[in-house]
Amino acid sequence: MADIRYTKDHEYIRVEGDTGTVGITSYAQEQLGDVVFVELPSVGKKVDQGAEAAVVESVKAASEIYAPVAGEVVAVNDALESAPGTVNEDPAGAGWFMKIKIADASQLNGLMSEADYTSYLATLS
Amino acid sequence: MLNRQGRPSQAGDSGLHSIKTFTGNRALEQVEPLLFEIGRLEATGVDLDEPAAFTPRLGGLVRKDGIGLPGLSEPETMRHFVRLSQKNYAIDTGIFPLGSCTMKHNPRLNEAMARLPGFADIHPLQPQSTVQGALDLIAQLKDWLKELTGMPDVDMTPKAGAHGELSGMMAIKAAIIAKGEAATRTVVLVPESAHGTNPATAALIGFTVKPVPARENGLVHVDDVKALLGPDIAAIMLTNPNTCGLFEKDIVAIADAVHAAGAFFYCDGANFNAIVGKVRPGDLGVDAMHINLHKTFSTPHGGGGPGAGPVVLSDRLAAFAPLPLLEKNGNSFALCESEKTAEARGAHPYGRITAFQGQMGMFVRAFAYMLSHGADGMRQASEDAVLNANYIRAGLRDLMSQPFGDKPCMHEALFDDQWLKETGVTTLDFAKAMIDEGFHPMTMYFPLVVHGAMLIEPTESESKASLDLFVAALRDLAMAAKAGDTERFTQAPRLAPRRRLDETLAARKPVLKWVPPTPLSEAAE
Repeated sequence: MADIRYTKDHEYIRVEGDTGTVGITSYAQEQLGDVVFVELPSVGKKVDQGAEAAVVESVKAASEIYAPVAGEVVAVNDALESAPGTVNEDPAGAGWFMKIKIADASQLNGLMSEADYTSYLATLS
Repeated sequence: MLNRQGRPSQAGDSGLHSIKTFTGNRALEQVEPLLFEIGRLEATGVDLDEPAAFTPRLGGLVRKDGIGLPGLSEPETMRHFVRLSQKNYAIDTGIFPLGSCTMKHNPRLNEAMARLPGFADIHPLQPQSTVQGALDLIAQLKDWLKELTGMPDVDMTPKAGAHGELSGMMAIKAAIIAKGEAATRTVVLVPESAHGTNPATAALIGFTVKPVPARENGLVHVDDVKALLGPDIAAIMLTNPNTCGLFEKDIVAIADAVHAAGAFFYCDGANFNAIVGKVRPGDLGVDAMHINLHKTFSTPHGGGGPGAGPVVLSDRLAAFAPLPLLEKNGNSFALCESEKTAEARGAHPYGRITAFQGQMGMFVRAFAYMLSHGADGMRQASEDAVLNANYIRAGLRDLMSQPFGDKPCMHEALFDDQWLKETGVTTLDFAKAMIDEGFHPMTMYFPLVVHGAMLIEPTESESKASLDLFVAALRDLAMAAKAGDTERFTQAPRLAPRRRLDETLAARKPVLKWVPPTPLSEAAE
């Protein structure tokens, strides 16, 4: 099973080998409301940990998506451009944003596990 | 055709939409093309002689082609703009319940006064001796604003609410610089429920913004502010009544704590209309507060006219007000335009935020509103605005959910989308269905701290009959949503000239230039 890690800004990264699939959590999509636009980075872009990597706009607000770890964008989910609502419907699956080739796997240790993230959410409500 | 949210963007083939007309017009609802599409390049509405031959002195900059403006006759031009105006929805056509926007009636008396030649036909650059009446009006308006707010001074120059915020915060920054604390006091506290302009204003002039969380009751608690106060805090920006339509009960304690920490208290006065004649911001410990003349004092806005955002200032900030300063010498008035002169009189203007003395036309309208209502009338307007909001709240509370419990509100009623869960209808769908019922939708998805927010501000302008119809229509919609009539919402607006437009794409990739259609002969190649 793939290892999933979470940020305090509600991005997830699902790690498979040296690549991680990045998206936003179900909590994040719920807070945003209906997503109407997703702006994705170009493939090949190098991002630092915590740097702005994408933009998601909902009926409510536009928010930045930050790279959970440093690396190179190796794939983006083009399907979101014509169907941004997928982020609401299936954030953990078809609503993924980008795949990042992880530069430094040790950065993953600084992120939250599933259990940590669940208890983090409990502190927010 | 569906937009990217899966909602219809074009009229369908069913019902009324299936009736076709030759022209595309639908009785009184006429199709209105662009001027470029009506006009003809080769025609002109005015006959002008060919200019006499002359030698241009523009060198290589002489225009080589025509500029491509369409020619129209005077009636064609009139009809175009009148038809466009008829497509508009305005406070003059129906209830405009946009929360936080205060779309109140613009009394026609204001308009008559603003058109008096002594106000309408003057220019900011003409000699001050010839505009004494206008300056006198500004001086009297200043006195009324000071009286209503309990504040010692007012900067009249800002031209909108956010402009006023900027001017007030620049005065605060100037005061901090004067105290020699510019290097340390760099953070501005802003509650999560604030208008977006608050953090934007603070950031624009170089402050770092730190959010203050709201409690479960929708209010800011003094302990949460105290926990954040320190030598790095320059100011707090607080809206009262806040954007949830609630009065911040801790405001005096917050002001005291902020002052004890050596910081300033900026109050966003956008919702002053709820408390005029009831509460004086000066008594709450406010250092600066902008007043939206276009909301609280009924001057037209939202496409109907420019805003005007005078800022009242406390004794701690008055000296830093921007130029020009209005002075009274005996029976005459003068504008002090020079920093040197101001300094000689002990003032330290932070500079200038606009070229002239402010929004004169709006000053006249706001002052006409004040004089025609009087102090008691303005107090009643505030009371009626609060009463009307609570009437709507009471009329809908059994069907729609309130985020902070079933408690009285100030001038606007706030609902969330808890009650729409499991119906398949969103706040946006509900707002679109209101268009089919002939209403402008309420403010939606703001304040951000409330999920699927619907913020309804009826203002004091609406009669009981108008409120009753509005409440009855919203009850009918709410019951339809709960009964599973989802189509009424997901298909809405069904009866408007346009349906769901791709608002995101329009904002992201706006089409700002008209491009002539490709001629058929070329398109075929």
